[in-house]
Parts: sequence; C-alpha cells; structure tokens
Amino acid sequence: MSRDRHILSVLVENKPGVLARIALMFSRRGYNIHSLAVGPTEDDRVSRLTIVVGTEAVQLEQIVKQLNKLVHVLKITELGDDAVERELQLVKVGADPTTRSSIIELADVFRAKVVDVGLDSITIEAAGNPRKLQAMLDLLQPFGIREFVRSGTISLSRGGTAITDNGRARMRRVI
Amino acid sequence: MRMTGAEAVMRTLEALGVDTVFGYPGGAIMPAYDTLIEAGLEHVLVRHEQGAIHMAEGYAHATGKVGVCIVTSGPAATNLVTGLTDAMMDSIPVLALTGQVPSTAIGTDAFQEADVTGITMPITKHNELVRSADRIVDAIKEGYHIARSGRPGPVLIDLPKDILNAEVDFVWDPAVDLPGYRPTVRGHGRMIREAIAMIAEAERPVIYAGGGLVRAGADVELRAFAERLRLPVVTTLMARGVLPDTHELAVGMPGMHGHVAAVRAFQETDLLVVLGARFDDRVTGRLDAFAPHARVVHVDVDPAEIGKNRHADVPIVGDVRVVLEQFLAHLDSLGEKGRIAEALPDTADWRAHLDRLKVEHPLRCDQPETGVLKPQTAIRAIHAQWGDEAVYVAGVGQHQMWASQLIPYTRGRQWINSGGLGTMGFAVPAAIGAKAGLGRDVPVVAIDGDGCFQMTFQELATAVQHDIPVVFCVINNGYLGMVRQWQSLFYDDRRSQVELPQALPDLVMLAEAYGIPGFRVDRVEDLAPTLEKAASITDRPVLVDLRVDPEEMVFPMVPSGASNEEVLESAEEWFARLAEQQEARA
Repeated sequence: MSRDRHILSVLVENKPGVLARIALMFSRRGYNIHSLAVGPTEDDRVSRLTIVVGTEAVQLEQIVKQLNKLVHVLKITELGDDAVERELQLVKVGADPTTRSSIIELADVFRAKVVDVGLDSITIEAAGNPRKLQAMLDLLQPFGIREFVRSGTISLSRGGTAITDNGRARMRRVI
Repeated sequence: MRMTGAEAVMRTLEALGVDTVFGYPGGAIMPAYDTLIEAGLEHVLVRHEQGAIHMAEGYAHATGKVGVCIVTSGPAATNLVTGLTDAMMDSIPVLALTGQVPSTAIGTDAFQEADVTGITMPITKHNELVRSADRIVDAIKEGYHIARSGRPGPVLIDLPKDILNAEVDFVWDPAVDLPGYRPTVRGHGRMIREAIAMIAEAERPVIYAGGGLVRAGADVELRAFAERLRLPVVTTLMARGVLPDTHELAVGMPGMHGHVAAVRAFQETDLLVVLGARFDDRVTGRLDAFAPHARVVHVDVDPAEIGKNRHADVPIVGDVRVVLEQFLAHLDSLGEKGRIAEALPDTADWRAHLDRLKVEHPLRCDQPETGVLKPQTAIRAIHAQWGDEAVYVAGVGQHQMWASQLIPYTRGRQWINSGGLGTMGFAVPAAIGAKAGLGRDVPVVAIDGDGCFQMTFQELATAVQHDIPVVFCVINNGYLGMVRQWQSLFYDDRRSQVELPQALPDLVMLAEAYGIPGFRVDRVEDLAPTLEKAASITDRPVLVDLRVDPEEMVFPMVPSGASNEEVLESAEEWFARLAEQQEARA
C-alpha cells in the first residue's frame, strides 16, 4: 500500500443526493477517489461511507475540510493503518474437469468460497484486504479469468471504540 | 394553521423578516405568485432572472441581510446559475426559491423541467428539492439560516408545483436543527494568545483585510484592533473601506491592480495577519513568490480556507468579528496586568516606510486641462459629486479597477462589486438591489463599463417601474477595455474582437427610451457641471454616458502569473522590460 493511501470513514445524513454532493466535491476539486462504499449504520437516519483516497497530507486535510462543509456530512474519521479493512470479490474463472480441483484448492488457501459451478467455469467469492484479493487474482490468472468484480473498501477501527464516540473523534462534528 | 404550500412559503418568508423579493413569475411557480398578492412582501419584477439574483446579491451586500429571489422552473432557474456562482465566490447570503415541475413529472423531461438542484450543487452552499409539503417551512427556514451563518453563501430551494398546491399545517418555530452544520464562531483561546504573541515579535506586520470582515460587519473591531497595535492595514478588493482609506494606517489595495505600497507591504512583511481573506490568485500573483518573508496568522470562519493556498502558522477558525473581540479582550487583560507593552510590536519605522512608498508611488493619470476625458478623472469626479455617503457598485473590468483604486472608501458595504467570479453585467442589477435595500436616503451610484452595461441594461426598466432611483454612470471607452489592455501588453497589440463603438447604442437616447434623464460628457470641461445636473435628480434613475479616452490602461499591474515583485506602473515600463529581455536573448 502506498503511503499516500488514506481511508476516510464518513457519516452522512441519509438524504437524497448526498452521494452526488460528495462525488461532485471530489471531481470539481480534482481529488482522486480510489474506492467508495456506502451502506447503512445502526441508525437508519445515517449512512456510512468509506472513501479511499490517494493523496498527500496537505490535500487530505483540504479534502476533509471540504467534506465537512457539506451540510449533510455529520462526521469524518481517518482510519489508521491498523484498521480492519475488507473488500468483497467475485471471480469467474475458466475451469474444466482437469483444472477444477486445483482452483478449488487455491480458493481454500484464501478462505474463499465457491458460489457457482458451471460446465466450463467456477465463480469464487472472497473477502479480505485488497492485497490478499490481488494475490488471489494473480494466482487465478493462469486458469483464465472470465470476469471479476470487487466492492469498495469497508473498514472499522480496531478495539472497542466507535466512530460516534466523542473521545476518538479526529475531526469535528458529532451526531 | 392549515394552508397551501404556497401560502406557507410566504408566511415563512414573512416570519424570517424578509421584506423584499426579486423575481419573475412563470408556470411552475404560479401558486406562489398567487399568494404573493396578499403577502406582506415587496416584490421587484425584473426583466431577466439573472437580474433577480444579482439584485438579491446587491441587496444582501449593501444591507447585510439575506437577499431573496423567486423564479420559476427550467430556463428561469438556469438563468440564476451565474448569480449563484457569483454569490458563492464572494460569500454573499442569498436565498433562491425556484419553481419545479410537479413531483410526478420529475425525471420525465417535462416542459420547463431542469435538474436544478443537480445543476446548482457545486455553486450553492446548500440546496434542497422539497419532496413533501411538510418540508416547505423547514427547508426555507434552514436555507435562510445556512445562507447567512458561518461563511455566508447562496442557498437554493426547489419547490415542485404540486407541493406548492398541497395543504400543510403551518406552525412557526424559529429554531433550526442541522446536526451536520455547526459553524465555529469563537476562536480557540490558545490560538488567540499565540497570535498576539506572534504579532508582538514581528518587525513588519501587516493586516491583510478581506471581504470576510465586511460580511461579519467588523469595521469597528478592525479599526480598534489595528489602532491598538498600530498595525498597517491592506484592504482587498472585497474589503475596500472596511478600514477607511483616509485612515493613517490604511495602506491601500493589494493585488494585480493594487496600490504599489500595498503590494510591497505584502512582499516585505514578516507577518501577515489575515482576517477573512483567502489568498486569491489575483492578490498573491505567483503564489510561491508571495510574501516570501512572512509568517501567517490566518483567521477565517471557513476552516477550509486556512491552509488551502498558504500554510498558516497560527490558524484561527471563527467569526472574524468575534475573534477580533477576543483579540481586544486579551489585550485588555494584558493591560490590566500591566503587561500591555509586551504585546505591542514596534512598527514605527515600518509604517514610515510604507507611508513613503505611498507618497513615492501615487496613482498616475495625465489629464489634459481641456478635451479628452480620462476615465480616472471621471471616477474621481463621480466620487467628488456623490461623496462619502454614497454606495458605489461596479461591474468587471477597467472601470472596476479604477473605481476600487481611486475612490477613498470610508466604510464596509460602501463598495459593491463582483470579485471572485468577475461577472460582467453585475453592476446594473446589483445597484438596483442595493438601492432597494438602502432606501431613499443613501445614493447608490453604479460605475459600469460600456461592455458590462450592455449585458444587463434591460433592468433599467425594473428601476423605472419600481421607482428605484439609481445613478448609472457608464465609463464608456468603446472597448472591452481590460481585454484590449491585455492584448496591447501581452499580445503585441493585436486587437481581437474588443471594439464596441462608443455610440452603439446612443446611451442618452437609450435613457430617453426608458423615460429617464440621460447625460453625456465627452470633454473634461463638461464633467463637473454635467455630474452636478445629474446629481440634482434624486427621484428618478439617471444615466450618465462618460465618453472617455479609449486607450487608457489600468496601472499598477502585476502581469498574470508573475510575482508581485514585478509590479508595473506604466505601459512604458513593460515595453522597456520586453525590449531588455529581447536584447538579452540576442
């Protein structure tokens, strides 16, 4: 992972257009999004975005400040290097009776699951950090990857604290 | 109380204390216009929606209140785009209400449908498409609050027609609940103390006073602070007058066409005390060569401005008026402890140096005693005629720069112009809006260029119809003067599409066509008597066509992208520099 990779966890009000506002802010100011994942939280009025950005520190500060100016953004936390980080990947690999078992063996090594088997293909589901998922892809390459899809990163800090706890807030704004 | 959504819109505006709205009716907004008849609001009917938003801006700029405009959907709403962007760039509190096609038609490409909240997302501080009638009151109330608080800006509320027709329960509660919007008002105590300590250590400190001071209404606090610490003050284009130009600590305007003393003050300073300013490129010139010896204390209500273009050694987030009060309170407490001496920088030599620069580098203009009228002379005479009590409103270009350089402003809000966006056509509607807000007693004088004027002069009809007696002075050089100036200096005088003949149109006849008095000045000897005649008319709009020397250029000038070290005081200086460079190459 590059030193310039940062994971922002962003709580937003669950309002129409909030994703568009955030995406627009990034595009209009020329900031780069590596990945973006949106989902619900324990409070149905609030959604949680995990945004992975590639940028140096000065620009990261500016990104956080510009995000904070959006009225529907409630809180932003940068997750540290030790945070738990996961992506979900589905890979459809070419497979015939001679290669099928090798592919399943490989999937087992990555604790991936076979979710579909066809006459000439296998689809594997794997969750993990981006490095692990890339390693799996590299090893599957020789079998012939038909297609694959990967979600954006989602991430939580380690330990008992939550983003909504005041004490750990790195950026202002609390629900 | 049960009422329609449209009635709730009017009741909400009344409850918020809105007295004037600028607008233009049309299909989707018709329910609101129907209830407007009974509402306790003054409505100014414009001639183009761009006029409505610029009037709202002028009103807001002049009064400090939120400017409100109301227009229909589709093309009317898209006509607001320039004004919304202008208000965003210059932090002007504006609330725009737009009609929208009925909820059921949204997304079907219906007649006069446009995705207005989508279009205006990046050019508003916030916007909302109202999706249910029971959101109307809160949406407008919250929008009004967001527009005026924190760093002010434009907010747009999009109102579908069926929602305006729906029944709602109107209950007025002024409180707003916005969990994601809590602007910081007070500065951090430790940073306040650090800033004062840093100023005390400085040998050549200078205040970089920006438009935020005007928005915050901090004239008095700024003056008290500058006087207490004997700090020279440079006022940006957006802050002209917030410390009177006649004040002994005033150094002038910085930037591309700033006063030499002010430009040099920034280049030589060892401490910039930045108050509500944002290191705009027109101020800094080449950023990495700007204020090379300076540490920075930066006060702004918008945290994102701090550290955006220039690192701040002491960052202070807060309302600049409140932070200045905190500075003064801290100085008071040092005084009570008998320690005030340790807070006072010794600026006597530095101020004397800046005073010398002011004397050595005056604004120059070779005005012959008879014949050709120089634009600078015209602007000085306008100020001499309408005086310090008047508010001056400019468009964008040479006339704007001369008006900002030459008029000695005496208070914030006295000078209204389009700074950040540089919107040609701003002056005519903005002046009408300012006058609508200020009332009879304050003269409002638009100082416009002939290019700008022809972009929005249709609003003369608005001024006439609503009896808004603005003085419109057109500095008519028959050119897109600033573009021509750049072509002359940087494009080998190859003039491309910049001529607008001075007689096209005949502005005196145009004034007559609108039923208002029109005057023309083509020679310097007619200037004062004609302006006096124009000024004697105070009950109607007046138009003065000032035909000035077409070839005049604005100086001083820092060429675009150059360092502030390279400030030019004349075209000859620039051509001599070019010749030198050519020789060096040969």
